[in-house]
Amino acid sequence: MLENILEIKDLRVSFETYAGEVQAVRGVNLELKKGEALAIVGESGSGKSVTSKSIMRLIPSPPGKFKSGEILFEGNDLLKLSEKSMQKMRGSEISMIFQDPMTSLNPTMTVGKQIMEGLKKHQNMNKHDAAQRAVELLELVGIPNPEDRIKQYPHQFSGGMRQRVVIAIALACNPKVLIADEPTTALDVTIQAQILDLMKDLQKKTNTSIILITHDLGVVANMAQRVAVMYGGKIVETGNVDEIFYSPKHPYTWGLLSSMPKLDSKSDELMAIPGTPPDLSNPPKGCPFAARCPHAMKVCTEHMPEYTELSETQKTACWLLDERAPKVEPPETIGVGGAQK
Amino acid sequence: MVAYILKRILYMLITFFVIVSLSFFAMKLLPGSPYRNAAKLGPELVAQLNHQYGFDKPIPVQYINYLNKVLHGDLGVSFQYEGRTVNSILASKVPVSADLGIEATIIGVLIGIILGAIAALRRGTWLDYGVMVIAVLGISVPSFILAQLMQYYFGVQLRWLPVAKWDGIESHIMPVIALAVGSVAVIARYMRNEMIGVLGSDYIDMARAKGLSRPAVVIKHAMRNSLVPIATIVIPSLMTVITGSLVIENIFAIPGIGDQFVSSIVTNDYPVIMGTTILFSIFFLVGIFLTDLAYGVIDPRIRVAGGDS
Ligand SMILES: Nc1ncnc2c1ncn2[C@@H]1O[C@H](COP(=O)(O)OP(=O)(O)OP(=O)(O)O)[C@@H](O)[C@H]1O
Ligand code: SF4
Ligand SMILES: [Mg+2]
Repeated sequence: MLENILEIKDLRVSFETYAGEVQAVRGVNLELKKGEALAIVGESGSGKSVTSKSIMRLIPSPPGKFKSGEILFEGNDLLKLSEKSMQKMRGSEISMIFQDPMTSLNPTMTVGKQIMEGLKKHQNMNKHDAAQRAVELLELVGIPNPEDRIKQYPHQFSGGMRQRVVIAIALACNPKVLIADEPTTALDVTIQAQILDLMKDLQKKTNTSIILITHDLGVVANMAQRVAVMYGGKIVETGNVDEIFYSPKHPYTWGLLSSMPKLDSKSDELMAIPGTPPDLSNPPKGCPFAARCPHAMKVCTEHMPEYTELSETQKTACWLLDERAPKVEPPETIGVGGAQK
Repeated sequence: MVAYILKRILYMLITFFVIVSLSFFAMKLLPGSPYRNAAKLGPELVAQLNHQYGFDKPIPVQYINYLNKVLHGDLGVSFQYEGRTVNSILASKVPVSADLGIEATIIGVLIGIILGAIAALRRGTWLDYGVMVIAVLGISVPSFILAQLMQYYFGVQLRWLPVAKWDGIESHIMPVIALAVGSVAVIARYMRNEMIGVLGSDYIDMARAKGLSRPAVVIKHAMRNSLVPIATIVIPSLMTVITGSLVIENIFAIPGIGDQFVSSIVTNDYPVIMGTTILFSIFFLVGIFLTDLAYGVIDPRIRVAGGDS
């Protein structure tokens, strides 16, 4: 079995707000294996970005606070590192791609300088070498005329080209882990496909481990080997891609799959999950999905279900998997053809 | 870009013309005699003087004559100081006012930027609240009140600083502070809000995600972007300083234009009043023009607009 490069254990992150403590992440456990792409999916507000920013220790504090947990990178707990040691990790061992390429580049600094910053910091390159490497990186991410382009400012690039620049910055120092927080959500559909292809291609070349955060199950099927489904600050189901698409066991996963548009069906069959996610300043005692779950039982609102190991890779937290629960079949709308592979 | 600049210059000239005209007619409507001892002079002498200055001509003719002179850079002759041209009076006063204005602006802008940045970086702490209290006070307490308070405590009571005049660095301290406080307040608030916005932006997270140290993130990424809009209020704040100096110079008996302006109003010295107004309006118009250009120089998004992007 592959070695874990990253392991998150019982991570809890809260934000102090005027409305009280928002428990954004409530006991997340995750592993990322060397060379794999792990997708984290879930609705808006489920805690995906907070989880990923926690790995980079980029949670603003105040108001953010780590309540408990460990984030082990190659066995060392990142949460215990000094800010200085953490700075050595960021950008060199672990990198991040942000959602919106229109806002994630500094508008008053040339693209070249923004790429070179990390190189100078982590690899002690001089200006000349860093500039040369920046040109190579732009070439690697498929930007034409890189020699001219490094002297330009972000506003001179289109959205797709900017995201390529962001990817170049993230990959500049050959990180072992790349976290991509919805890297294509802000882009046009055609550009999305190009960026995903680029990321897939680069992953093959560099063997970087990737955490890919997305709303889009199509992207998951395309890129990831494993999936973690997040809801209400918790991981409710994990498994490899086949398990999540072909034998999902959690009603929330069923809901997500049903709401996914399918190529071979009309769009009016698209079903959004009714209801809204729980209020994390006053999180439910039991299963976070209970208020929206069509199969909720009395026990669901009272107690959080334990994980049931369905296979070596699939784990699901749902009371339906308890032997005393009634047998429930997944809805047909998730259609096994749901995954376009 | 060139067309834009030309258009701005044209507007500037039109505005200037309107200001000169308005102040000319306003001056004509003002009551009071320009002559020092009008009562004693007797009607004949007054008539003779009026003839000498051209005041016996119809107002439209006076207006055309005045415009013509202004266009040639001639602001006329003072009523109060015999034989002195307005130009020479202004020229002798400008350096002192410029000194005061520039010192106050530089100090105001620098301290404002630093305080605003500190408040943003320490948002929600007592440092932040302290800066905001200073800012509110600085905006709401008029500079002449602050000037007189300082003059009374530090000048009269404690005798730490000279009460008035403009010689030696000590004499600069109180007037410069009185004038700068307004800019400090405005700029600190502006800078704080700007910087809080910038610190919350994605590219700051991105800069941190590269592993840059905190000072590098703050100085290279946050400060520069926060300064873009600040640069555009430096000149307006210089203009506020100049307006303030009208009163401050008077309080501290500083021999600058403001001091001159107030005494000219008291003595109805029309040519000097008009000349000062014109000088101020030129200054303000050029200031506004430069502010517009400053956007373009500092922010590359505007710099190349219409260029090669
Ligand atoms: N700085 C913050 N202050 C207060 N609450 C926050 C802060 N950042 C995140 N949260 C809260 O944490 C919860 C999880 O947010 P997060 O951004 O992780 O969601 P997400 O799953 O990434 O959603 P999306 O798909 O919209 O990006 C939300 O309820 C959000 O309101
Ligand atoms: S635990 Fe209960 S409420 Fe939660 S998903 Fe399972 S059945 Fe639904
Ligand atoms: Mg997010």
